[in-house]
Amino acid sequence: MRANVASYDVVAPETLAEALTLLADEPGVWTPMAGGTDLMVLFEAGKLPTGRYLSIHGLPELRGITVDDDAVTIGALTTYSEIRDHAVINADLPMLAQAARETGALAIQNRGTLGGNIANASPAADSPPALVAYGAELTLVSAAGTRTVPYRGFHTGYKQMDLRPGELIHSIRVPRRPASEGWVHFYRKVGTRAYQAISKVCFAACARLSDGGVAEVRVGFGSVAPTVLIASALEAALTGARLDDAGLEAAVAAAARHEVAAIDDIRSTARYRTQVSENLAVAFLHALRAGG
Amino acid sequence: MGKYVGQSVPRKEGVDKVTGRSLYVDDIVLDGMIHGITVRSSVPRGKILGVRFDPGVPWDEFVIVTAKDIPGRNVVAMLIEDQPFLADDVIRHPDEPVLLLAHPDKHVLAEAREHVHIDVEPLPAVFAIEDALRADTVLFGDDNVFKRFDVSKGDVDAAFARDDVVIVEGTYETGAQEQMYIEPMGMIAVAAPGQGVTVWGSLQCPYYVHKALKPLFDLPAEQVRVVQTVTGGGFGGKEEYPSIIAGHAALLSWKAGGVPVKLIYDRAEDLAATTKRHPSRTRHRTAVTRDGELVAMDVDFALDGGAYATLSAVVLSRGTIHACGPYRCPNARVVARAVATNHPPHGAFRGFGAPQSIFGLERHMDKIARTLGIAPEELRRRNLLATGDTTATSQVIEEAIDLGAMLDDALSQAGWAEKKAAFAAHNADPANTVKKGMGLATFFHGSGFTGSGEVYLASVVGIEAGPGGRCTVLAASTEIGQGTNTIFSQIAADALRLPYELVEVAQPDTARVPDSGPTVASRTTMVVGRLVQDAAESLIHTLRDAGLLGADYSAEQFAAAVDAYRERFGTLRVYSKYKQPPGIVWDDKHYRGAAYAAYGWAAYIAEVEVDTLTYAARVTDFVAVQDIGTLINPLLAAGQVEGGVAQAIGWAVYEGVDWRDGHMANNQMTNYIIPTAADVPPIRVYFHSVPFKYGPSGAKGVGELPMDGPAPAILNAIEDAIGVSLNRAPALPEDIMEAMLAASSQSEAHHG
Amino acid sequence: MAEVAVGKVAVTFTVNGVERTVETYPMARLLDVLREDLRLTGTKEGCGEGECGACSAFVDGRLVNTCLVPAIQARGAKIETIEGLASGAELHAVQQAFIDAGGAQCGICTPGMVLATVALLREHPEPTEAEVREGLAGNLCRCTGYMKIFDSVETAARAIRARQDAATAGEGGAS
Ligand SMILES: Cc1cc2nc3c(=O)[nH]c(=O)nc-3n(C[C@H](O)[C@H](O)[C@H](O)COP(=O)(O)OP(=O)(O)OC[C@H]3O[C@@H](n4cnc5c(N)ncnc54)[C@H](O)[C@@H]3O)c2cc1C
Ligand code: FES
Ligand code: FES
Repeated sequence: MRANVASYDVVAPETLAEALTLLADEPGVWTPMAGGTDLMVLFEAGKLPTGRYLSIHGLPELRGITVDDDAVTIGALTTYSEIRDHAVINADLPMLAQAARETGALAIQNRGTLGGNIANASPAADSPPALVAYGAELTLVSAAGTRTVPYRGFHTGYKQMDLRPGELIHSIRVPRRPASEGWVHFYRKVGTRAYQAISKVCFAACARLSDGGVAEVRVGFGSVAPTVLIASALEAALTGARLDDAGLEAAVAAAARHEVAAIDDIRSTARYRTQVSENLAVAFLHALRAGG
Repeated sequence: MGKYVGQSVPRKEGVDKVTGRSLYVDDIVLDGMIHGITVRSSVPRGKILGVRFDPGVPWDEFVIVTAKDIPGRNVVAMLIEDQPFLADDVIRHPDEPVLLLAHPDKHVLAEAREHVHIDVEPLPAVFAIEDALRADTVLFGDDNVFKRFDVSKGDVDAAFARDDVVIVEGTYETGAQEQMYIEPMGMIAVAAPGQGVTVWGSLQCPYYVHKALKPLFDLPAEQVRVVQTVTGGGFGGKEEYPSIIAGHAALLSWKAGGVPVKLIYDRAEDLAATTKRHPSRTRHRTAVTRDGELVAMDVDFALDGGAYATLSAVVLSRGTIHACGPYRCPNARVVARAVATNHPPHGAFRGFGAPQSIFGLERHMDKIARTLGIAPEELRRRNLLATGDTTATSQVIEEAIDLGAMLDDALSQAGWAEKKAAFAAHNADPANTVKKGMGLATFFHGSGFTGSGEVYLASVVGIEAGPGGRCTVLAASTEIGQGTNTIFSQIAADALRLPYELVEVAQPDTARVPDSGPTVASRTTMVVGRLVQDAAESLIHTLRDAGLLGADYSAEQFAAAVDAYRERFGTLRVYSKYKQPPGIVWDDKHYRGAAYAAYGWAAYIAEVEVDTLTYAARVTDFVAVQDIGTLINPLLAAGQVEGGVAQAIGWAVYEGVDWRDGHMANNQMTNYIIPTAADVPPIRVYFHSVPFKYGPSGAKGVGELPMDGPAPAILNAIEDAIGVSLNRAPALPEDIMEAMLAASSQSEAHHG
Repeated sequence: MAEVAVGKVAVTFTVNGVERTVETYPMARLLDVLREDLRLTGTKEGCGEGECGACSAFVDGRLVNTCLVPAIQARGAKIETIEGLASGAELHAVQQAFIDAGGAQCGICTPGMVLATVALLREHPEPTEAEVREGLAGNLCRCTGYMKIFDSVETAARAIRARQDAATAGEGGAS
């Protein structure tokens, strides 16, 4: 333990309204804490800023998964275990279930939340690529009210996002992508080992096929840019393409290589991340051919 | 075999461990105890200019210790006395202890450490083995060489000049490896002038700590007491470094006037500051006939010893002796050197130098096989040592061994022939992006200390019989998870012909137990276990000589005899002392002769998958066949092998230390990757048990052997899978990618 | 030094069925509260960063890393630690299995590993190998190579089933 526990205040309001009031009354003073699986690691290392923390962990308003015909709405405090075990998510949004199952290991999945994964804004987080590929939307809540923003574009730079002071992530709405409607899902986390692994590259792609062509496709990468990467070049190369186009492989590889902006760090090298990104993009194409 | 030896009797301390009742050092609280912390340098090499304390911290609440406060000599007594407890003047590695703080509140302490600054004038540092050997910058002596050994057999140069031999060359490297015992190191000390020094802690070798504390405080032996608490893994990592932590905790307590001080490392500090497996480089030049008979081996073996000599000479010695492996070769030359760098000192880790040199050799054997177009198993089979052959140190193997039979067994358990064929077909299909391969290694590992080491150690073990005939084994050998308590109890119970429950092993405490030597070198079962057996037998003789015990006796009769003896003479305690088995002659000067009294022998086979999209290698099956003599406890023995293999899998494909200016930059569990339950293959363990005449009931050592073979077997398998040669362990995905890209650009250049 | 001077607060929860109240800092790790305030030292610290699982305990029926839980978030919770697993002198089937099958070597990972096994078997009474590996992946062991731990899980699963079968048979006989 490298931090002084006496330098951290934590309060745990009982209701969302109370929490939002506190955030509004003392702007910039309170940092939310959900499952703590990111913040407590910083605390242990002596790298968590001292100050005041607002535990939202117990707030019932931010929990739970609701399903309607078009979408699944996931409360920000929903844990990976809840996501992993949810039948509709497994059926229609399998990449989210897989991301949850491959996040940390059981005890982390029991505590870590989807909202925390987003707001922590780590480029190496594993759910964001899937949320990008699914075209998710976020509902943000503050004392001033709520607003809804597309997840694609929420992260604006390294550890920066479109989250205003006093605002919390309320929930994440993800459109359903059933296989019966032609959706193909392709998720690959490349970690340092099978579990308890931080990603070196994470790739998530979801496409709708029709008539031997790609009608619609969204792709997200993790760990290859300062934020989760929306692979627009790759999406452009694939959208409208015919799967039997012999030149597609090269186009897909070039697009992936071109748009990742990977760096060397303690977990891997830029060269590795770039090459693996390219390989996974091509593997996705092969999967589309196999599945289409 | 007796009633208990050979049986998988339950672990002595099993109940305490599964209920959480076992007390590890951090679980212990003494009255009035305060906490200690270490302030370290942050540059790899330099001159200390001064220490600054930030204002605003109530420093008078702290106990502060620097080198100036040391009552005795500021040197960690080991082989060469070069390492200080606290750096005074020069810094030789980036995690060197400079100053100690203690405070009743550990949270305040952690924060205060950030407010102490050590000003250092940097000096040029050296990190690579080759740079150290070049000695442009001199860190130690005049050539940076801590220790050099030369082995010579036959006439190597003449053999290389023969015209019927093929010469195969190769260079192989291994990286540092962290022991990663799950319990970080720690100590509690009570020390004060006039009262002496007592430490309790997580450690492997109580008498090493004892030896280090005496000069530090300038105290006689009887005023220093070292007690081992339940220890959460060691693997060699808790062999030498605990002396430093014990010294630090005791210095703080001494300065605080005898207040107990607890000094526990957090994971980050344990990873950065304590010893790791020595990085190595091995160069092989081998002369071999076209049909695969080894004619001459020329080996240049080098270890990065880090900033201080510590145990590097001993690690180097074992690496040297194992460098030519279990192969018959009439001409051999090994030049081995351990060099100084500005890394934190490297130290003991399961295998002790042998895994490094065996890695080079077993990768090289595959290269020779490929060069000659002989199957790797066949090349080995043609050269395996048999009874009567001589090793590279000219030791005649007298044990009845059949390594060829072990190899055959391993091949058949692994399904080698069938799988090799199936994998070749699978790999030929470009649609299969996951490639499969198999690799093997045959090797040996000497049990006990090298050469005359055991004679110098002159280990002693005692047994005491108490009321009701309860017997206690007195030894400084520690239980670190490997089963010492259980195995000693089994051996003693059989030798005493008493129920297992009536025998226990004393907590290692230098005030109570004799020096049975360090718990290292696969010596605890074979060497110390034998002493337990001898002591037990002489205890029986003592009772018989006193006319108190007949030829046959029940536990009750034994108890009555003990009670009668104790009534008459006070205590009943006997000791046994190490005796060298006959015929063990070792010439330390020429590094020639019987290096070890006995060897463990093994043939291991790894099966891997390499994903060519992510370049990750995964071990999918593992077969470990070995002869470690009689099994005292089959369950524990298998557990040792499985644990060793898993650690070696980590070393082969997961565990890389990321050095930045001599400091381990990935010093967190999240960034230094050891295998989880989902990363290990089935590890299938088979024993061929040939009893060793001088071991207790025929047992030899097992602890280290399983660390030796897996890494080369795995890298051999990777090459089998992808057709690309990797000559450095670990082979991380990034390394495999670079090797594959280099190979494909080379072959494109060829075709183009 | 401290910019925010924080006082201790009272936190009440149940531990192994007994209601306890501690005065501690809201940010204090549940791990330290258990080990230092309640002297339940069976919960171990191997890393402090959620990686090793040595600090595992159940909070409201779910296995968590107590090094990552601030005390304030344990308010009102039901906590179960290794100390509460055995009933009196009788070991839990999982504990007995770890002794019989050699699942504990140095023992430092064992309390966490035993609790992770309990969690696993609650979820999957007859786990597949893949389920065992996944279920225990958050608990690092450096001694065993995991093989004897897998054997322990299997032994425990069998013992629990046998106990349940006996119980049902017993009930059947009684009726
Ligand atoms: C051992 C270990 C393994 C891990 N493995 C993985 C992995 O494989 N993949 C992965 O992606 N992550 C991993 N993580 C990281 C972490 O578990 C996840 O990022 C998790 O989702 C964080 O959620 P939390 O609720 O615990 O966040 P917290 O630590 O509570 O918070 C994280 C950040 O989010 C903010 N925040 C939380 N909730 C909200 C909200 N509703 N509104 C606004 N801000 C909010 C907090 O202020 C903080 O800045 C791992 C962590 C550990 C310790
Ligand atoms: S101490 Fe909590 S996971 Fe390691
Ligand atoms: S038994 Fe030692 S870490 Fe698992």
